[in-house]
Amino acid sequence: MLKNLCQEMFGRSLWAYHANSGGCNGCDIEVLNVLTPYYDAERFGIKLVGSPRHADVMLCQGPAMRSTAQALKRAYEAMPAPKLVFAIGSCACGGGVWFDSYSVIGPIEKILPVNYYIPGCPPRPEAIIYGVAVALGVVDKKVAPVEFKELELPIPRYHPDELRGTGELVIYEKAEKI
Amino acid sequence: MSLLSKFEEALICLKAGRVTLPYPAQPQPAPETFRGRPIFDASKCIGCAGCANNCPAREILVFDVCQEIRILKYLGRRCTYCGRCAEVCPEKAITMSQDFETATNNIPDLGQRLELFMSTCQRCGRCFKGPSVLEDLKMRGYRSDDLQNERWIFRSQASMQGEPAADDIEIELD
Repeated sequence: MLKNLCQEMFGRSLWAYHANSGGCNGCDIEVLNVLTPYYDAERFGIKLVGSPRHADVMLCQGPAMRSTAQALKRAYEAMPAPKLVFAIGSCACGGGVWFDSYSVIGPIEKILPVNYYIPGCPPRPEAIIYGVAVALGVVDKKVAPVEFKELELPIPRYHPDELRGTGELVIYEKAEKI
Repeated sequence: MSLLSKFEEALICLKAGRVTLPYPAQPQPAPETFRGRPIFDASKCIGCAGCANNCPAREILVFDVCQEIRILKYLGRRCTYCGRCAEVCPEKAITMSQDFETATNNIPDLGQRLELFMSTCQRCGRCFKGPSVLEDLKMRGYRSDDLQNERWIFRSQASMQGEPAADDIEIELD
């Protein structure tokens, strides 16, 4: 549904506003790298704008900090209505290494509703382009949660109360297989 | 003169060629030294929780739901891909892949969850130190399925409470 909305609303161009709320500038440099001719995000219609009032997309870098969370929220509210938020980098996705320090509130999603996450510290420019392409519906996302579960214990188990005999000769009365 | 200089510029531009990568249409592999997201191999993991102790972002979490089952949870959201977990892993169960195309609209997609069967000390139910180096190797949180002597393995009746040991630490679990 989100993808359909993206394709309908943002089919032609995404004007991006670049909001750093306390990151280390690593992700900013990668975002600027995306806009250079080498990676050339403008072929997707992405353009960097200086004001949130012109923007469709907010690129958030850095965690939500105590000092900047209100400003970030105001910038988000200033954007016109069909709007997307991209959380770029580990800090914006999950709070980063300093997720539990006193000045950090946590991930961006505690302040704003985030639509797309691009993890990485910093993410490669290709990863950012990939995230934008996922949002535009050009490519499909590749990640899925991995869960490993051992269904059956590989060996039979016994309780020592049910053992008879001592030393080398031990007899199991009730072999309980689980 | 000025017209000639324009032609010259055009010639220079033609000579330079195209530098833009056709990235999402064609794959662009990362360089060999690039560390992408870690991949956990559950068949090698012994559940020693060294990765969880070494993670700077503290996002590899270990839960003991009961004596036998240990859950190792990798959230993936605040991972900085430093590779310390892969470096500290004694069984090389964690490999840093070159996978960087991890953009998603749903953050639990990045998680990995391993459920491991652990064996317990038959005397106290906790981990113990082996008497020799060789014993140590066998004892450091070993998995129950590589045990040779299976007759002394029994199912414990005890189960651990779900409360954290220290309640001054608040860690996001999801």
